[in-house]
Amino acid sequence: MALNVHPTALAVLHAHAREGYPHEVVGVLAGERDAGRVVRAVPLHNERADRPEDRYEVSGLTLHRAEERLAQEGLEVVGYYHSHPDHPALYSAFDRDHALPHMSYLITSVVGAQIADTRSWRLREDRSAMDEEFLTSLE
Amino acid sequence: MPVSIQIPTALRAFTNGAARVDVDGDTAGAALNALTTTHPALSAHLRGPDGALRSFVNVYLNDEDIRFLQRDATPLRAGDTLIIVPSIAGGL
Repeated sequence: MALNVHPTALAVLHAHAREGYPHEVVGVLAGERDAGRVVRAVPLHNERADRPEDRYEVSGLTLHRAEERLAQEGLEVVGYYHSHPDHPALYSAFDRDHALPHMSYLITSVVGAQIADTRSWRLREDRSAMDEEFLTSLE
Repeated sequence: MPVSIQIPTALRAFTNGAARVDVDGDTAGAALNALTTTHPALSAHLRGPDGALRSFVNVYLNDEDIRFLQRDATPLRAGDTLIIVPSIAGGL
């Protein structure tokens, strides 16, 4: 499995993660699903105002509207990104329990407000674990 | 009751790509069960081990979240549309 995130999109989500530090940020990865190609990162508002330092959430209706807007531009939702402040870019049990298969879940580690690592994961169909996908950033 | 269920993008791999599946059900729960009977691979992603809808699986009857109606017992009428709208959540 491989995911290519256009450098411009990667820059957007990295900037979002740095600006949101020390809180988690979240957004949509848009592009071509079958090709595993992300051409745009769309920052969203983290709705977990009660504990944004280690939780993120975006409502279904917000996502549905974002997906419809992207579809009007011919873009598909390839997956989602979120940040881990001062924590590795490894998925947690909570991440796994809330994931859906056939989507890319990109995690970027932000340490001291700087990007430390960025990795992407996909949920197995039996929900037992997430597998890392090879991440590139080519134009 | 003949009703339709709209399938979110993330789960269409389990419906052979179909964005909409027609089922029979008198309640939301019955309709969702009919969906997972004909598409069993969906079951683990819609419901947890306890059989309850996973917290991030939101189901709307027309424009209302069934959590604020009668949940699985929400009665359906012929021609109703259920929409599965997943939210996203995660964290450390």
